[in-house]
Amino acid sequence: MVIDKLHIESVLQSVTDPEIPVLTIQDLGIYQGFKADGKKITVLITPTYTGCPAMDMISVNVKSAMEEAGYNDVDVKLILSPVWTTDMISEEGHRKLKEYGIAPPVEKTSDKSYMSGEEKIVPCPQCESKNTQVVSQFGSTACKALYKCNDCLEPFDYFKCY
Amino acid sequence: MGEVINLKKDSILKYVLQLADNAMILGQRLAETCGHGPILEQDIAITNISLDLIGEARVLYQYAAEIEGNGKTEDDYPYKRDVRDWQNILLVEQPNGHFGHIIMRQFMFDCYHFYHLKTMINSSDERLAQIAAKTIKEATYHLRYSSEWVIRLGDGTEESHDKMQEALDDRIRFFDEAFIPSKIEMDQSLTGIAVDCTEIRESAWAKFSEVCKTANLEVPEVKFPQKGGKDGLHSEHFGFLLSELQFIQKSYPNSNW
Repeated sequence: MVIDKLHIESVLQSVTDPEIPVLTIQDLGIYQGFKADGKKITVLITPTYTGCPAMDMISVNVKSAMEEAGYNDVDVKLILSPVWTTDMISEEGHRKLKEYGIAPPVEKTSDKSYMSGEEKIVPCPQCESKNTQVVSQFGSTACKALYKCNDCLEPFDYFKCY
Repeated sequence: MGEVINLKKDSILKYVLQLADNAMILGQRLAETCGHGPILEQDIAITNISLDLIGEARVLYQYAAEIEGNGKTEDDYPYKRDVRDWQNILLVEQPNGHFGHIIMRQFMFDCYHFYHLKTMINSSDERLAQIAAKTIKEATYHLRYSSEWVIRLGDGTEESHDKMQEALDDRIRFFDEAFIPSKIEMDQSLTGIAVDCTEIRESAWAKFSEVCKTANLEVPEVKFPQKGGKDGLHSEHFGFLLSELQFIQKSYPNSNW
């Protein structure tokens, strides 16, 4: 099969995250391009959390999406550099997260204030209220914390700044 | 010349395994608590930390497998080595005990781990520098979590304070091993690659003492720090831990998911 770069890009951009299925690997910012060497294609992924179990699943999904599109010689390589940060989630990704009921990260990680230990105001993705509280610093997956809205009383996931 | 390169390769391999073993064994200990946390949120928190540490161990074991070659994979190290081949510090293999013990062990490890990674970001070994840059984000979060719990429990009720003090008294003798260099950490060929653990001792202890002070905990003096883990001399608990960790591989050799 002839390597069609635009076609490959569009196939890869359609692969979604198994734990947050509204986000594509492009929205999430973990897709880092591909290399073609003859017929062999190597897809580059930078993992979110080091131990994120979704990474193995994403590799499998990337391979099968490519196979369906007719590319059979595909390798997925996890690269550690650039280091993934939540800043790499696209604007589109932020919007989709919120619609899905997960509060997107509230600040840039580059200002380092996320390390200071101060609690941030995370608006409720359901009712926009700023009257929310952290229930647990760790949530249903490695990338999330658990919050509660004091106004609409809904618990919600918050995508931690990382 | 070839021999010199091989010697250096052996040293890096051993060093990488030492780092991986710490993360792996603490990850395994924390995983044992899955379903036994005092409340659901903390059960999830502890197992999330476990996941981060096992993730760190994996990238280090993958690196080790690449260095060694010979068709080795990341799974060979955790599943196919016996007690004396493991180089983790004694602290991480200590049994879980009550929640105060778990938090205190975690806090001690986090104090070491955070400053270790902070220095390793500047390692002249590019791969180790990348791994440190990645995992320090997780270690920062762990340190914040364990510090908060040490303070909350230490400065909490009379009972929680006493339990934290007991945990501190019990675990403190295992804290210093992280800062006592092993033969491999002093290896000349690893200068600039390996972290000089004696240099991070001051920062780690400063953080440790500051949090203990805020938590109203008294840090006892340790006359004889327990050590040996880095050289493969482990405590009596370690064989039991490994037998559980390696059960499937030993019962069904070379089985795969």
